[in-house]
Amino acid sequence: MTPAKATRTPPVLIFWIIAGWVGFVLFPWYGVEDGLFSFEWLVDGYPFEEDYSPAAFLIGQGEKLWLAPLLIPLLLPLLALGREKSDPAYFRILTVAGALGFGWLIIQGFSIGIRGFNFEWMKAAFGELGDRQFGMGYGAMICASAFLFLLTQGIAARGAVNGDVFVVGAIGGVVTIVTAFVFFPIANMLFSAFVTDEGAYSISAFVGKFFDDRLWGIGCFFGTRCGAALNSLVLAIAVGFITTVLGLAFALVVTRSGFRWKRILRALTVLPIITPPFVIGLALILLFGLSGSVTVFFADLLGTQPTRWLYGMPGVLIAQTLAFTPIAFLVLIGVVEGVSPSMEEAAQTLRANRWQTFRTVSLPLMRPGLANAFLLGFIESMADFGNPLVLGGNFDVLSTEIFFAIVGAQYDQGRAAVLAMVLLFFTLSAFFAQRAWLGKKSYTTVSGKGDAGVHPLIPKGLAIPAMIVALSWAIFTATVYGMIVYGSVVELWGVNNSLTFKHYVTAFSIRIEEEGIRWTGAAWDSFWTTITIAAIAAPLTGAVGLVTAYLLTRQSFAGKSAFEFGTMLSFAIPGTVIGVSYILAFNVPPIEITGTGIILVVSFIFRNMPVGVRAGIASMSQLDKSLDESSLTLGANSWQTFRRVILPLLRPAILAALVYSFVRAMTAISAVIFLVSAEYDMATSYIIGRVENNDYGLAIAYSTTLIFVMLSAVALMQVIVGRTQIGRRMTQSRTNV
Amino acid sequence: MSIASKAAPIRFEGVSKKFGKDVVAVDNIDLAVDAGKLVTLLGPSGCGKTTTLRMIAGLEMATSGRITIGDVDVTKLPATDRDVSMVFQSYALFPHMSVLENVMYGLTFSGFGKGEARSRALQGLDLVGLKGFDGRLPAELSGGQQQRVAVARALVLEPQVLLFDEPLSNLDAKLRRQVREDIRAIQQELGLTVVYVTHDQEEALAVSDEIVVMRNAAIAQTGTPRELFDAPNDRFVADFIGEANLIECQIVELDGGTAMIEIEGYRHQLPARGLSPGPATLAVRPSRIVLDGDTGVQATVAKATYVGVRMEYTLEGGFGQVFAVQDDVENPLEVGTNLYMSFASRGPVLLPGEA
Ligand SMILES: Nc1ncnc2c1ncn2[C@@H]1O[C@H](COP(=O)(O)OP(=O)(O)O)[C@@H](O)[C@H]1O
Ligand SMILES: [Mg+2]
Repeated sequence: MTPAKATRTPPVLIFWIIAGWVGFVLFPWYGVEDGLFSFEWLVDGYPFEEDYSPAAFLIGQGEKLWLAPLLIPLLLPLLALGREKSDPAYFRILTVAGALGFGWLIIQGFSIGIRGFNFEWMKAAFGELGDRQFGMGYGAMICASAFLFLLTQGIAARGAVNGDVFVVGAIGGVVTIVTAFVFFPIANMLFSAFVTDEGAYSISAFVGKFFDDRLWGIGCFFGTRCGAALNSLVLAIAVGFITTVLGLAFALVVTRSGFRWKRILRALTVLPIITPPFVIGLALILLFGLSGSVTVFFADLLGTQPTRWLYGMPGVLIAQTLAFTPIAFLVLIGVVEGVSPSMEEAAQTLRANRWQTFRTVSLPLMRPGLANAFLLGFIESMADFGNPLVLGGNFDVLSTEIFFAIVGAQYDQGRAAVLAMVLLFFTLSAFFAQRAWLGKKSYTTVSGKGDAGVHPLIPKGLAIPAMIVALSWAIFTATVYGMIVYGSVVELWGVNNSLTFKHYVTAFSIRIEEEGIRWTGAAWDSFWTTITIAAIAAPLTGAVGLVTAYLLTRQSFAGKSAFEFGTMLSFAIPGTVIGVSYILAFNVPPIEITGTGIILVVSFIFRNMPVGVRAGIASMSQLDKSLDESSLTLGANSWQTFRRVILPLLRPAILAALVYSFVRAMTAISAVIFLVSAEYDMATSYIIGRVENNDYGLAIAYSTTLIFVMLSAVALMQVIVGRTQIGRRMTQSRTNV
Repeated sequence: MSIASKAAPIRFEGVSKKFGKDVVAVDNIDLAVDAGKLVTLLGPSGCGKTTTLRMIAGLEMATSGRITIGDVDVTKLPATDRDVSMVFQSYALFPHMSVLENVMYGLTFSGFGKGEARSRALQGLDLVGLKGFDGRLPAELSGGQQQRVAVARALVLEPQVLLFDEPLSNLDAKLRRQVREDIRAIQQELGLTVVYVTHDQEEALAVSDEIVVMRNAAIAQTGTPRELFDAPNDRFVADFIGEANLIECQIVELDGGTAMIEIEGYRHQLPARGLSPGPATLAVRPSRIVLDGDTGVQATVAKATYVGVRMEYTLEGGFGQVFAVQDDVENPLEVGTNLYMSFASRGPVLLPGEA
């Protein structure tokens, strides 16, 4: 590096200094009521109209004077211009300016809300404010980012992570948004569980709500109802266990049994991923409900009354098992294939027969996968909202209870918060129990150069039952999906079985008029909203996930393990909890986004981020680190390396992550149901609404359409990406010489 | 009680292995390994060594032919039922078991009681010099230690045959010499039948009683290290063992068992090995080239490298390129020097000419 280059102010610094001023002087400081994407304010009295004023104009007019101190950290960085990076003053100035600015933004944001001071003691100390403020808008957000990245540049200049501005900035950015959108709402919810009806904080209020009999009651053993917490726990354990066993059976059949139709089995397992989970519940009603085909058939045959056995625990259990087995399968297939064949071969040369090999070597080595699959099934079951709502009957579970606490007549946010806490408590306990169970034993093969070998087939005694299980599941799944398609073209199930396209017409009719197409169908509104929001969320999810994965696999920095733990942890937070905590946290300033499309996008990003992170980690750890290093030694900085070397190599992984988060955003319900509004209704919540009104025909027709839309999305991706992730075994060449 | 050997001989009769329809990994080989001997399979990558080894272990079934171990025909017997142990290239230690559990693993399936299995396992660890490491996990051991656990795990079963697939390839250069000596010492002490796969000729020469050189799924030559070194059958073996220079020559005269050869007018006498007059190939190892003679083939020094204990030269001439080493490091030859190249009286071998 030449000395001339060293003294020049880095462009990144200039950029963020300017950004800070632009946010302060040019953009409306507070959230504009019509939403982020409306620009009406430009012609509506800007910049003097108070609602649209940038901070500088507000202060100039003597309003919101608490924003004035921000001028100090805005001016301060100008002193750093022209200084050398190695100058201690450089990092001191930037660190102080960034920390001051960001800190003051947070302090004033939480202190002053829509009713003036938020805290009693502030009123006592400073008197009534007589003014108020709303949620952050463009200006505030740009300013906050500017302060944040000034701070990270200061820290980098100090020498953190070898003075790498991009990496420190990325860490700062990820930590900030995860804190703001995962930890803050959860912590906020935790606090609200301690609030009594009078608004004071109290432990006993929490204890009282936590140990409520409606949660833990064991009445179902004595003829009445059991508590929702108990129900959820039993259900989730059962679902976790069954899906893990089924998923394992599947994975073994597909990889270790010489079974011929594995392709079909694999294809079937994709279905539930592109299906909103409660659709399975609907299909079960068509089959086994009071007027379900199977029920009616047997009632006629045996001359008995149809029963409502499906409604309650059995129905929910069946539906969730069908819906979540493929997730377990996808987790386990990687693990089953990942067990090094030479382990099993070694066992055989050590005189263990197939059974003994499976029991003592293969199965124990699959333990992390089994634990993961169980945890996933457990969490999904806990969070599942649609199936219990559709099939639950008198069987209360936490997720539906939470929903009714917020949406129903009770409107008890405190209760919702406590229920959500219980839910979170369960999933986090499962998360920690899993880690404890795995302990510090290693399950990954220690190896340098590998022997390539072939996985032995599993013993016949295992293969046959596994195959029977897998086939039954496959047939059942095929039936269920057949029912869904069939049900969508039946006039009124069980009453009038004539075929009709009426439901599709109601949902998706269009009229072509002179001005263009008019979307007259009832479903179009929520359909387009869903597509738009999913399409906006997908790339953002991918970006956050990839950057996080990049930091986790490619960089080492202080606090990395805590960072990793934090991202893993967010994976154990059920969607229902995210939903509740978001409406509690984000309907007041400083982040006021309840009822907007933004809150939906944000919830998708952080719900699906763990998936993106995992995908990113999986594919990045396959790229040799020497690639980055060679790029760095060739003079590229880490941002250029990330963009020019890593991203292009990851293109297939990125595309897959995009489609996956798109699909998940389209099928999600558990968080969404809390966050939709009249203006931004989503397909899934619309369908649930139809179901609650007993309008099954429309609900099923809409679901079928969604399934086909997503099927095309996945198929399109398969065509583009090719069959890269399926062909793992092909690419695993024999490496020993 | 101590670890004993039930060493048995191995016999391959016309054994072939095909993968799918067209990949012939092993093509109709005959092989005899005597009891208590260490035999190496040596050859370039992909020539079928691992496949041969895996057929002995029973991890791969022969497509045709007959395999016997001792007096038993094991051709159709799966790995579990053969009395053969194998040390894998990646060691294949079970990561979820402690060192002791790893070593005990095979014993528990061999009808030993817990206590007996344990004491035998401890003894095995003792034998490989890992006393006191029994409680550790494989991940807590160095590469060399892991390797020794793998050896102990295979040894304690007192197998009829012990197999090694490139056991040194994951070790650093310094450890290699020691580990191969340890393996050889244990093999000789216990009188084990060992089949050892490697692609490194130096390693093969150092440890083997007998070497089987493989090429393209077939056996090129079998013999003791000395035999292979002194009397390679063909150019391939000569090149692979001892990195001999191959120089085209003419046999101009035969006198009983001795041939007179001519290279660019220079004449040299050596055993004829049944060849008849006409074109032939002279195989000369780098150390058997003489550079300070007054007669010989004209050559120029194209490259000279000092490697500490000796000098390495590349020579060029009408015959092509030749690689030579000289022990004299005090008076190195300069690049560009013209000299006469001749051959030591013992060492160079005649091979059939290029086909
Ligand atoms: N499971 C297999 N499937 C297909 N081809 C194989 C398989 N195992 C080995 N081969 C082929 O057989 C040949 C011999 O392989 P191998 O015995 O591993 O060679 P070596 O150990 O001498 O390097 C190679 O061409 C290899 O590609
Ligand atoms: Mg090999």
